[in-house]
Amino acid sequence: MKKKILIVDDEPNIVVPLEFLMKKNNYDVKTAETGEKALDLIAAWKPDLILLDIMLPGMDGYEVCQKIRQEKEFNNTRIVFLSAMARSIDIAKGMGLAADDYITKPFATDYVVSKIKELLAET
Amino acid sequence: MLEQKIIIFVSFGYMGLLFAIAFFGDKRAEKGKSIISNPYIYALSLAVYCTAWTFYGSVGAASRSGATGFLSIYLGPTLMMILGWPVLRKIICISKINRITSIADFIASRYGKSATIAGAVTIIAVLGIIPYMSVQIKAISTSFQLISQYPAVHMSETVTNLSAIKNTAFFVAILLALFAVVFGTRHLEATERHEGLVAAIAFESIIKLFAIISVGLFITYRLYSGFGDLFSQASLVPRIKQLFVMDVNASTFTGWYNALFLAMMAIFLLPRQFQVIVVENVDENYLKKAVWLFPMYLLAINFFVIPIAFGGMLHFFKQCFSDPVCRQALPQTFDGILKFKDGIVDADYFALTLLMAKKQQGLALFAFLGGMSAATGMVIVETIALSTMVCNELVMPVLLRLPFLKLELKSDLSRLLLIIRRISILLIVLLGYLYFHYVVEYYSLVSIGMISFAAVAQFSPAVIGGIFWKGATRKGALGGLLAGFVIWVYTLVLPSLAQAGFLSRDLLTHGPFGIELLNPVHLFDLDVQNLGFNQYTHAVFWSISVNIALFIGISLFSRQNAMERKQGTLFVDVFKYSEESVKSSFWKATASVVDLRMLLERFLGKNRTNDALGLYAREHHINWEKELIADAGLVSYAEKLLAGAIGSASALVMVRSVVDEEPPGMDEIMHILDETQQMIIYSRELEKATKDLEAANERLKELDRLKNEFISTVTHELRTPLTSVRALAEIVNNTPDLEPEKHRQFMGIIIKESERLSRLINDVLDFQKIESGQVQWQKARLDFKGVIEDSIFSTGQLIKEKNIALTFDIPKKPGFVSGDRDRLIQVMVNLISNAVKFCDPDNGKITVGMQVEIKDNKNSYLKIWVKDNGIGIGKDDQEIVFNEFHQVISGAKGRPAGTGIGLTITKHIIDFHEGRIWVESELDKGATFFFTLPLVE
Repeated sequence: MKKKILIVDDEPNIVVPLEFLMKKNNYDVKTAETGEKALDLIAAWKPDLILLDIMLPGMDGYEVCQKIRQEKEFNNTRIVFLSAMARSIDIAKGMGLAADDYITKPFATDYVVSKIKELLAET
Repeated sequence: MLEQKIIIFVSFGYMGLLFAIAFFGDKRAEKGKSIISNPYIYALSLAVYCTAWTFYGSVGAASRSGATGFLSIYLGPTLMMILGWPVLRKIICISKINRITSIADFIASRYGKSATIAGAVTIIAVLGIIPYMSVQIKAISTSFQLISQYPAVHMSETVTNLSAIKNTAFFVAILLALFAVVFGTRHLEATERHEGLVAAIAFESIIKLFAIISVGLFITYRLYSGFGDLFSQASLVPRIKQLFVMDVNASTFTGWYNALFLAMMAIFLLPRQFQVIVVENVDENYLKKAVWLFPMYLLAINFFVIPIAFGGMLHFFKQCFSDPVCRQALPQTFDGILKFKDGIVDADYFALTLLMAKKQQGLALFAFLGGMSAATGMVIVETIALSTMVCNELVMPVLLRLPFLKLELKSDLSRLLLIIRRISILLIVLLGYLYFHYVVEYYSLVSIGMISFAAVAQFSPAVIGGIFWKGATRKGALGGLLAGFVIWVYTLVLPSLAQAGFLSRDLLTHGPFGIELLNPVHLFDLDVQNLGFNQYTHAVFWSISVNIALFIGISLFSRQNAMERKQGTLFVDVFKYSEESVKSSFWKATASVVDLRMLLERFLGKNRTNDALGLYAREHHINWEKELIADAGLVSYAEKLLAGAIGSASALVMVRSVVDEEPPGMDEIMHILDETQQMIIYSRELEKATKDLEAANERLKELDRLKNEFISTVTHELRTPLTSVRALAEIVNNTPDLEPEKHRQFMGIIIKESERLSRLINDVLDFQKIESGQVQWQKARLDFKGVIEDSIFSTGQLIKEKNIALTFDIPKKPGFVSGDRDRLIQVMVNLISNAVKFCDPDNGKITVGMQVEIKDNKNSYLKIWVKDNGIGIGKDDQEIVFNEFHQVISGAKGRPAGTGIGLTITKHIIDFHEGRIWVESELDKGATFFFTLPLVE
């Protein structure tokens, strides 16, 4: 069965390459442009991994992460922050919310793909 | 009969001779061949101490009380010269270095060049000297009256005769004053030294000495056959014989010491003595010879006082005994006045009357001339010294401080200085006359002179304390001086006025308002009887004691300012610093040579200024043509030159007026710290400066924080398109079998995101350019409708893509403004892009509007707006959206409005066009950005 990946980002031009990459690597992909939509999809669709932007309109990425981690059900769901906020304080905050990784934009596509493979292999 | 014409002719002839000598002295001085630069002339000039008081009064005093009556007045100076010469040497040395012009200048200079002290000393000196001046007037007019009634010796006491003396005295006073004016202020240049004057004074000293010796010799060897004969005959008369033995009691001692002390002080503190000893001194080394020459002179001039007195008494007592009226009136102890039936004979004038009685017409005339030389010498030098003080320390300081006189604009003040001095001389002599007219007739010559001695003795604590004790302060000196002066007035002047009938005589018996304790002749119930105090001793005791006590007491409890401290050190350590002090100065400043020269010319005149500066140039190898800035050394040289003309207090003020603001030296800073008031101001300023600094620091910190935020925001904004570009480029690169349609789509995104990147970079650069004012504005008259059309053209694609409905609310009439077309298009594009960005994503609506608003001619403007139907901006954020670096987290939460610089740039552009920009909005109900621009015709 294909692993399910949810891409949460409000920048369509970033979603496009990510979606392409994931599909190319044989993942089932859905996208959400706001935190609220993302939470709905997670509850319904139960993705294995979430690529989560932080600066989102409305609820931000941190809050989304927090909400997911509050549910026991999603304990095993992998969360990877993908953010342009590159300060160490931002990274620390993200990792402190029990995310599995934090990748800063701009990223190398190979690295993102290998990281995702690595995280999904563990489950 | 000696004709009055002859007397007047001889008198004027004598005065003419004095002029000739003075003229000669000045001429020689100009040629650099000074006739006074030898110790003998110097010693003779000091003998100006011997006035009519000596010439006539000593004989009277000797007749009344023997040697004790007059000798202490001459022993005092002798002691002072022999024992006190270190004091004199120090004063001379200090005065030379500081170009001291008078005793007032000396004291003021010691206490920080204080104008107050200078004024106080001047007033005390003038008032103190008036009685002394009146003595001279009395002596000349009485002797003139006597000799013109030759050979009659009895002065009738009738009213007509008394008023005749007073009339004579008036003319004598006027003549003396004119003589002093002509004599002392012949030069246009007001300087501190008068060579011709000193020569004339020395000549007068010779005349009076010869005159009295001639009289003495005649009496001793012509009337009697030598001292033995004279003294043995005198010893036969009981009233004379009792003078041989010193009647030793408390009064003798205290009286002696008092007179000794007063005379010791008077020899250098009397203004005229200070003038000849200190100011006119050519060479300090002359003092060494004068130390014994001057006492010799005093000995010589006093040598025949007792023989003259005895001769006079022998002769007139004999006459008196044959006159029943006189014999009746003669008291057991001779009081100096013999009352004959046809008038009186005053022992003060024995030197004259005895010669007249013996029909020695020529010798009597010579004696008269001797007395006159003694009196004129005193009047001339005293008035010159006093007028210098009055001019420099009283009048000029006041005139210089009166702004409406605009003295600082006058080019030549030396004439004004001379006029002031002349008027002062006239006034001083006139005051002397008035004192004579109303008071003096009740007193003998000596007793009046003592009042003056007691006055100048008040300077002694400030002078002597000032040159040996660095701790003496201005306040101490002033306190001592004023208190001493007040007591002097109270205990000596008031009683003399009471005696003359100006005040109730009850004052002297019962004290003021019957308060015995305040009785001016025995203050605080002092047991004068037991102590043997007479009126003078009593006054001196109180005034000097209080003076010294206050001088020391206040000095100990008051602080010196920087100037006082410096002057104090300079005075006390004069021998240590004399070399350096010429070079070093208070001035840390420079002045323009031209200013300094003009200042000097105003007071010294052109010639003397040229000479003085020429001398300085030669010594310091300076070429005035090239030298533009006067250094501290030259400034201080100029100050001393000026001090020589107008006194140090005024000189300081004048020099300060041309000197550039001095950078504060240590002294200046001490000065600031000394003054409490200054300190408060200073600390307030410091506090304010600290606050300003803190505020600036806070502002810097805030700016720093905003800058950091800005950088982080900008980089974040850069990262987003960059992420897209990089990811897609990698995909294209790594996927050789990419479908052509995907390939085209990805490439399209890469191009769009690259454009976004460049736009962002341009914005940042643009912002930086506007911020730093490097923008070249190209203003032109333009129709704003054109600007709107162009900006819609640029943003049309964007609007179309987002499916936004664009409407216009624009009138048909054009709206002309003056502005930079490209920049105004930038404004419109920014606002429209913003609106597009925040429009409702599904059903976007944007309206662009324009309207002409005419208030009045001057206040007409064009209003433009861009309205969207997006999420809107909260009230709190509506102000700060335009602030640099500020982002608005739009809505309740969420993404920031771009970099935050677009609107800041927009506001800058509108501000430059003298317009106004603002936003009206409610959350979730869209936002409308308005701006205005001034309309042009």
